[in-house]
Amino acid sequence: MGYDFEPLLLSLKLAFLTTAILFAAGVPLAWWLSRSASWLRLPLQVLVTMPLVLPPTVLGFYLLLGLSPTSWIGGLFMKYLHLRLVFTFIGITIGSVIFSLPFMVNSVLAGFEGLPRSLSEASRVLGKTELQTLFHVLLPNMKPALLTGLALTFAHTMGEFGVVLMIGGKIPGVTRVASLAVYDEVETLNFAAAHFYAGVLFTISFVFLLMLFLVNRRFYRGLQ
Amino acid sequence: MDLFVEAEVGSAEFACFYGPSGAGKTTILRMIAGLTSPDEGFVRFGETLWFDSKAKINVPTRLRHAGFLFQDYALFPNMTVRGNVAYARKRGTDAATVDAMLDRVGIRALGDQYPVMLSGGQKQRVALARAFMEKPAVLLLDEPLSALDWEMRRKLQDDIAGIHKNFSIPLLMVSHDPLEITKLADTVYCLEQGRIRATGKPESLLQL
Repeated sequence: MGYDFEPLLLSLKLAFLTTAILFAAGVPLAWWLSRSASWLRLPLQVLVTMPLVLPPTVLGFYLLLGLSPTSWIGGLFMKYLHLRLVFTFIGITIGSVIFSLPFMVNSVLAGFEGLPRSLSEASRVLGKTELQTLFHVLLPNMKPALLTGLALTFAHTMGEFGVVLMIGGKIPGVTRVASLAVYDEVETLNFAAAHFYAGVLFTISFVFLLMLFLVNRRFYRGLQ
Repeated sequence: MDLFVEAEVGSAEFACFYGPSGAGKTTILRMIAGLTSPDEGFVRFGETLWFDSKAKINVPTRLRHAGFLFQDYALFPNMTVRGNVAYARKRGTDAATVDAMLDRVGIRALGDQYPVMLSGGQKQRVALARAFMEKPAVLLLDEPLSALDWEMRRKLQDDIAGIHKNFSIPLLMVSHDPLEITKLADTVYCLEQGRIRATGKPESLLQL
């Protein structure tokens, strides 16, 4: 029996893109959160963590309203870039980035906070800038945290359902990712296909987490 | 507890801060290095103001060239011994200078090892080499020998004494050990509850 690989390819594309965006944006954000004494720190940390506790459909609903062509943001995209956000791949990417934000930022933040303060202080007294300290001292010594952020973000995005459904619908080839395909196949009693998609999602998540545990174990053994 | 300190250290003087835990000794070193900012007052090195609360001057740590030896050594785990020392070198300094520094403190053979493989005494030597690679204007030592056994402590005391003799820079050290202070320091500042209670020669103040 031939299966439609398109939902899986779409999920992989969404997961890679979301992870790359969150790595580029999440690491600087986590760095700022780890060092800042600003009053903004606490409310920002709460906002970053909110997607962990909000029902995905609630988040998806507000994103649907916020990204629709009649909203301020959606309207700007339509007007200047001729881009529609809802029910498009771009829209579900934006939704995924927001929904997976805590998986990247909180993991990386834990990495920064786990490093002894004396490491960054030692770099500063040796005449190095904050950026030199970040790239040469801090990030190389928190590889497990970075890997955890990457792996959890990727695996979580692969399995997203509620947010993607609300913002993107289930448009084949555009927004019908593998997790939605499982739901569709179950609804139509096509369990073989459902098994296929679910099995692949399960395997990818298992392999990612296994790699993460193995790499982290090797890192900590090296430290000892 | 408030910390209120007034002190002036000579250009090649070896001064020690002595007192019970929590007296403010480490905080003084941190304020000199720029790692902690005083609420009020000034920190001046020669004619250069590093900190002045009234004039709102606060020279960043990286521009003060104050070498600092941390109590936990603060070696970078991701770099070898050679890498740690090389990290401190200024632009234009060649690799031979790094090896020369490793030779100077007797750790060239450890060059390719990582800090996790080193003993406490070896780590402290690496920290010393790294601090001097940066050519500091002043050297601040925060209980650098407290975690070491007596024999290693004695060897490193000799190293520090040698550094003081060969480099004409002020050394400021925090120590709980009166014998160590008497051996190394020209002047001791005795702190208690955030205030300097006495200043003078170690032999007379520490009553051994």
